[in-house]
Amino acid sequence: MVNETDARLSEQTPSFFAPRRKQLLLGRRAIVASTLSTVLIIGGLFAVFLLAPGGATVRHFFFNPHDMWQSFVGDHRDALSSVGLGLLTNIWVFLVAEVFVLTFGLAIAWTRMTKSPVLMPFRILAIIYSDVFRGIPVLLVFLLIGFGVPALQITFISNQSLAVYGCVSLILTYSAYVAEVFRAGIYSVPHGQLLAARSLGLTNATTMRRVILPQAVRTVVPPLLNDFISLQKDTALLSILGVIEAVQAGTIYQDLRFNSSGLVVASLLFLAMTIPLTRFTDSLVARDRTRRLASS
Amino acid sequence: MNEVILELDSVVKRFGDNEVLRGISLNLHRHEVVCLIGASGSGKSTLLRCVNLLETIDGGTITLFGQSLTNVRVDPDKVRRHTGMVFQSFNLFPHLTVLENVLVGPVRALKRKRSDVHDEAMQLLDRIGLRERSDEYPDRLSGGQQQRVAIVRSLAMRPALLLLDEVTSALDPSLVGEVLDLLRDLAHTGTTMLIATHEMNFARDVAQQVVYLDGGVLVEKGTPQEIFSNPQHESTRLFLERVR
Repeated sequence: MVNETDARLSEQTPSFFAPRRKQLLLGRRAIVASTLSTVLIIGGLFAVFLLAPGGATVRHFFFNPHDMWQSFVGDHRDALSSVGLGLLTNIWVFLVAEVFVLTFGLAIAWTRMTKSPVLMPFRILAIIYSDVFRGIPVLLVFLLIGFGVPALQITFISNQSLAVYGCVSLILTYSAYVAEVFRAGIYSVPHGQLLAARSLGLTNATTMRRVILPQAVRTVVPPLLNDFISLQKDTALLSILGVIEAVQAGTIYQDLRFNSSGLVVASLLFLAMTIPLTRFTDSLVARDRTRRLASS
Repeated sequence: MNEVILELDSVVKRFGDNEVLRGISLNLHRHEVVCLIGASGSGKSTLLRCVNLLETIDGGTITLFGQSLTNVRVDPDKVRRHTGMVFQSFNLFPHLTVLENVLVGPVRALKRKRSDVHDEAMQLLDRIGLRERSDEYPDRLSGGQQQRVAIVRSLAMRPALLLLDEVTSALDPSLVGEVLDLLRDLAHTGTTMLIATHEMNFARDVAQQVVYLDGGVLVEKGTPQEIFSNPQHESTRLFLERVR
């Protein structure tokens, strides 16, 4: 027998119309709404910049086209460093650093995960290393390496250029982060994969190389690229060692010509480097997501 | 009867305080099929894993081809090369094609030449009707097809003994048949198998010996006839009634 309450509920015809206010955000109106809000917000921000009491001053000191160009090309007769040339230092430092960071990061991750009794001391060292270099601010690593290592007066090691010490500082710091990224990637591979590989009689190393790592790399690439973006930006810290890279060149221009446009130029150059990488990373994430949605 | 190749003697396995195997003794002869039955958590899977050294035992002995596996000088990798294992969740390698999945064991573990193993692998795939799909990736296959590839992947190692851990439990009911048919086929051609299963009809058909486990204890073992038609123990009888 049908319960009285149930019968009453099932007879009601539901209405699916959204309330008036929500209707404004549905269908074609949504496009109008999004365009309108974009124009309003962006235009508002731009208006603040233009109409601020010090707007004209800021435009003169930060966005002066003449100074921007001057700082970009520099002037060697005037001891004026070029921001554009300075950027080349940032570029070689991060390119070199990335190669080492990838190798060391993987090596550290691997060391931390092996169970071999012989590697015990290395395992402990790897853990200490990860803790120390993830814990010290990058700025301090730069100062300690940049001024400490030359003071040791060891041949070769203590006679390098400051840019090399900066590069080493970045490698030391970022290897610790990247090792954790690799470790997370390796742990993300389902345990069954390990069991299946080992039960075939593959050794631990072969299992790692042929089964676990190839799968881990896929999950690891986006967070790895994120760390690289951040590494590229942190090459700006070379300036505190006095290395004339993009930011330092901008600061020199500022000191000599009382104009900060060089810093804006440096920012734009950094953006030109990082935006392709950020866009690429995001598209990888999106592609991975669609693939996962398709296969599940 | 053929010679005994696997001998379990009062095997004990604990996870912390939880004793999952409480003195299991069991013999397996060459060309024999033994089915382990029992509720989930009765220790069937753990027993298989212990034989494959994926778990270390805490008591008793496991002897394979006359050699004690608890001996510290035993290389687990060598033991595993002779004992194939197939899992409930297939565990095919998703980044390798079907053919590469089958080749990876002989090539990477046995160090055989790829060209030597290739034909053999294709024959195995032919046997399960997947020769044409050898270049596809596992996620393109149905569950039943994946599990059959997983079985063939183990067979490519030419194991002396095949361990099967509830290989049909993760499958759609409509796909169970094709996997069981392959196992029947293997049983008829003399493959030695230790099978943990919930498929009672299958166990009755193929097993020479059926072993009932309950809470890590071997309650009773015998021919399918003895276990299914005339169980001696109350708990065996109750279990069989429940699953029927």
